[in-house]
Amino acid sequence: MKKTLKERLAILSDAAKYDASCASSGTSKRDSSSGGLGSTEGSGICHAYAPDGRCISLLKILMTNFCIFDCAYCINRSSSNVERARFSPDEVVWLTLEFYRRNYIEGLFLSSGIIRNSDYTMEQMVRIARDLRLKHDFRGYIHLKTIPEASAALIEEAGLYADRLSINIELPTDAGVEAFAPQKHPANIRRSMGELKQKIDAASEPTYKKRRKRFVPAGQSTQMIIGADQATDATILGSSAGLYSRFRLRRVYYSAFSPIPDASKVLPLIKPPLVREHRLYQADWLYRFYGFDIGEITAGRPDGMLDLELDPKLAWALENRARFPVDVNRADKEMLLRVPGFGVKAVQSILSVRRVRRLKLEDLQRLKVSLRKVKPFVVTADWTPARLIDRADLRTLFAPEPQQLVLL
Amino acid sequence: MKRLDLRGRGDYGEWRDAAREALSQGLSPREVEWGATGAQVGLFDSDLPADFKGDTASIGGTTATPDPYLTTDIRAGVFTVPSAFVELSKAVLCHSDPRRFDLCYRLLWRLQTDRHLLSVVSDPDVALAHAFAKSVGRDTHKMKAFVRFREIPAPGPRRAFVAWFEPEHFIVARTAGFFQRRFNDMDWLIATPKGSAAWDGEALRVSDEPAEKPDIRDETDDLWRTYFANIFNPARLKVQAMQSEMPKKYWKNLPEAELIPDLIRSAEQRVREMKERGASDTAPRFHERLQKRADQSEPKRSRV
Repeated sequence: MKKTLKERLAILSDAAKYDASCASSGTSKRDSSSGGLGSTEGSGICHAYAPDGRCISLLKILMTNFCIFDCAYCINRSSSNVERARFSPDEVVWLTLEFYRRNYIEGLFLSSGIIRNSDYTMEQMVRIARDLRLKHDFRGYIHLKTIPEASAALIEEAGLYADRLSINIELPTDAGVEAFAPQKHPANIRRSMGELKQKIDAASEPTYKKRRKRFVPAGQSTQMIIGADQATDATILGSSAGLYSRFRLRRVYYSAFSPIPDASKVLPLIKPPLVREHRLYQADWLYRFYGFDIGEITAGRPDGMLDLELDPKLAWALENRARFPVDVNRADKEMLLRVPGFGVKAVQSILSVRRVRRLKLEDLQRLKVSLRKVKPFVVTADWTPARLIDRADLRTLFAPEPQQLVLL
Repeated sequence: MKRLDLRGRGDYGEWRDAAREALSQGLSPREVEWGATGAQVGLFDSDLPADFKGDTASIGGTTATPDPYLTTDIRAGVFTVPSAFVELSKAVLCHSDPRRFDLCYRLLWRLQTDRHLLSVVSDPDVALAHAFAKSVGRDTHKMKAFVRFREIPAPGPRRAFVAWFEPEHFIVARTAGFFQRRFNDMDWLIATPKGSAAWDGEALRVSDEPAEKPDIRDETDDLWRTYFANIFNPARLKVQAMQSEMPKKYWKNLPEAELIPDLIRSAEQRVREMKERGASDTAPRFHERLQKRADQSEPKRSRV
């Protein structure tokens, strides 16, 4: 008997949860004042949070979880006995619009297992996006996961309807991909990213006469699985830095390898390394917004792994004590950004206030800066850390209390 | 001491008129006592006009001038206010804290002698104003996120939806425009204890009168709950992270929230069972077929 829509929604959302991204931000601004349904206003909106702490912004589903590929880490690989289901394109369109009208979501994040072949699958996905945009005048957010080896023409058409396109790099090294995803080819994945970057660049070049067509306004992103293979954090971060600079990706997502039902025997069934994933995101942020080089972040770590106990900025500061304390009333912006405990916003506020008056500790407190965290690293009008920065046990002031390990 | 009573339901224009009057009389913040009559108004007070206003623009008054400085004549001469003050106090006045009127007046007063006051973000008054504005901004953001529309039978060709939401501050008027821009092609009403907003395709109507919770069911909520339960990964349980972004006070109006306690309770066991079941020994039949097909299509030399 055919499964009901509800039953299939259960299967195909369960199958989609291993994709970390749910972002709906950073796309072109538009609304439905001139007709249609939906809007995007720059910042994304999380309409709910699941008990895993993840934001639910989009209807994140698979078109189908049938798949001809057999990637070891994937719940949908062909050798898995997981229950299978498929949506028709019209059903995906209906679910997206009805969920959107009730304000459950910002839009659709559609991915799919590969059925028949890459082009057939991609065609079906493009049809869903096209129907949403052209037939229903849907102006909300659409993220499509492109299918590896799909033809360039299909990717180009997808880019006309989607806000974001992504293709997963899956594992930080080529060797890892070849070992665990025998039908995927890292070189082709990179070629596909490169081609998409060129198209995005071409579409965003200014023209003299009229506006160009909108093409993937929220750019492209990718995802790497963390902890399934032996790659170190230095390798992972180096790999992302390459992706950011070569293909100008908007985001690289790190997904701690998580136990899946009917998992392949070649992979460890472990508790997902969530802290490691968190530290990688922090390092990624330091690289993108705080002016750090990847080399600097991992330089002090002989085994190439980030410190799990301390955040990477604090760890860097402890390795580079000679550069502290920093005078908040004089230091340049670049150095202020390197002070543990100062976020980008706090630094902007400091720069704005000090044009008018000299900052004291109480000023920092009102900027919602944690004094406990910054005190060893800063000089203010009324505070000098004396020799705090030289204390050998400085690390223990920050390191968390030891905890009993919990087995899965 | 002068007592100034306002309705105080997030109406900037109302406060501005009173503040302008007080300032023109040279009253220092210590000489003015602010109060809100709106706080005591009950749902059934009949002497109040059922004032649905034309649109949201009028809520903010007519102060949005293109000039960076707002100029007003007072007896002592001319005083100016940076436009940033207007934006800031519009947000602050939506806050439900009774100190909001006095705080804005104190800033206004101090700005007369200290033009750069607002750039000192660490000043206690400025910091408090930013904290209020931030709280209002967060409430606004959560309203955009957590309003849940339920469909009701529509009289005409347009579909109709109703939502019930409980904001912390007086933000309905401020946020109504967002819903108008997003849900232009359907009729909707958002009712809250701090006012309501409605759109019918022609006019956005906003009221600051408390509304009553409607009793409406929508079958699609059940599909949404199915999605919510299945997108959750029990191996990554992080209850604290969820609650800091989706505080419990919002749960009672979120159809999916009733599932949360069970999802948390069963998470650990689900992961354990998943592990105990382990990998199955046989692959599905279509996998065998795929393997066979792949073998056949492989170049011959690989099998020599």
